Amino acid sequence: MKRIVVVGGSLAGVNALEEIRARGFDGDLVLVGSEPHLPYTRPPLSKEALADGIDPEQLALRAPDWYAEQGVTLRLGHAASGLDTRDRVVVLDDGTTLAYDGLVIATGSSQRRPAMTAGISTAMDLRGVDDAARLHASFRNGGHLVVVGAGFIGMEAAATARRRGLDVTVVDIAPYPMSRALGPEVGRWFLRRHEDHGVRVLCSTGVAGLEEAGHRTRVRLTDGRTLVADALLVAVGAEAATSWLSGSGVAVGDGVLCEPTLATSVPGVVAAGDVARWTNGTSGESMRVEHWTNAVEQGRHAAATLLGERRPFTSVPFFWTDQYDAKLRCVGRPTSEDDVEILTDNDTTLVAVYGRRGLLSGAVCVNAPRQLATLRRAIAEGTPVPDVVGSGLVAP
Amino acid sequence: MSVHVIFEPTKCQGYANCLIEAPEIWDFDEENNRAVLRLTEPDDALRSKAEASARCCPAQAIRLEERTP
Repeated sequence: MKRIVVVGGSLAGVNALEEIRARGFDGDLVLVGSEPHLPYTRPPLSKEALADGIDPEQLALRAPDWYAEQGVTLRLGHAASGLDTRDRVVVLDDGTTLAYDGLVIATGSSQRRPAMTAGISTAMDLRGVDDAARLHASFRNGGHLVVVGAGFIGMEAAATARRRGLDVTVVDIAPYPMSRALGPEVGRWFLRRHEDHGVRVLCSTGVAGLEEAGHRTRVRLTDGRTLVADALLVAVGAEAATSWLSGSGVAVGDGVLCEPTLATSVPGVVAAGDVARWTNGTSGESMRVEHWTNAVEQGRHAAATLLGERRPFTSVPFFWTDQYDAKLRCVGRPTSEDDVEILTDNDTTLVAVYGRRGLLSGAVCVNAPRQLATLRRAIAEGTPVPDVVGSGLVAP
Repeated sequence: MSVHVIFEPTKCQGYANCLIEAPEIWDFDEENNRAVLRLTEPDDALRSKAEASARCCPAQAIRLEERTP
């Protein structure tokens, strides 16, 4: 292999670059990124960076001179728009082409935008650093922030805005915040925290329409009410960024369909991060994971596969969300169909474990990091739920 | 060669990812919202866990150094 191209200038891509060099590859290494910025870390964009403003040095995933030190050629500011796997060429949106011998697909996910936001220039996203800068600027004059979508990003942004003194309303069709991912028990706990901080959370409520009114937006709700937003954030989730792969021969279906090794259907092409769908040997489930540590580990693993390793990627997925003083940590893949047992529930701490077919499948701990470390190991070892519940294993 | 864990507490932002990755090496001080390094020279059996805890720190507060005794 003479040249490896990594498409996607974020966490999975940077870790792939690092691992490729660490394994001794000394050919050309090119990073393609759609944004003009050097790769940065995203978790602060809904928290510290949203509250205090953007500090590029704080957010940088690697120091600016790291790329030259690693011999990485940067092609930033242009998205990949097509892929020809027969001639091994990536096409960029300015029409230029890049030949490759090995390719890492790490294009992540892109913001989902409901049709009703079309033509509404006041509707803001929160995905990239430019989005965070715009939303931060909109906080300057205070007023009323309406957040459409009570998922992780929406609730983190709501907490940050509330701390900045804005009036905040969150709207979602789901019965509780974050309940699609974590179920009603955890959702109810967070609903209480947000209400205690003065956020108005309108769940089981849809948005019927949006209208611009100067710099404000009128948000019509399905229950007949209308909210007037000084700032409007639409945070209804993300989808795998695979449109550039259409017609390439790389198999796609809610993400790039990967072998357990993270190899794709096409030789010389691997995938990593939010965009990759694979079967996780830990649970035997096909999954796509949109979280931080998964992007780190898969970026490295896909790089190893591209350079000839043949190991399956297995993991117990892990993610976190911080809202006010509540630091939620989740391991495993809880779903709303799992059986939930609440082990601790008070004003500062929550410990919930999830079971599937009698085995521990996931755990959520708020302000209880030690318990989470114990539970992660128990999930990896395939522990029966009764061995955890009431066993003192995770005594508070 | 042995691996040394270098931790910069002033960079720590309290994510606790290190503890999740390597509870054998890390503890967590919930009062001060800071990780606590328990094992500065983990033995070879813990090397991959030490590496995971370093690369999974979003605040880049952890790095490893190889040293010859």
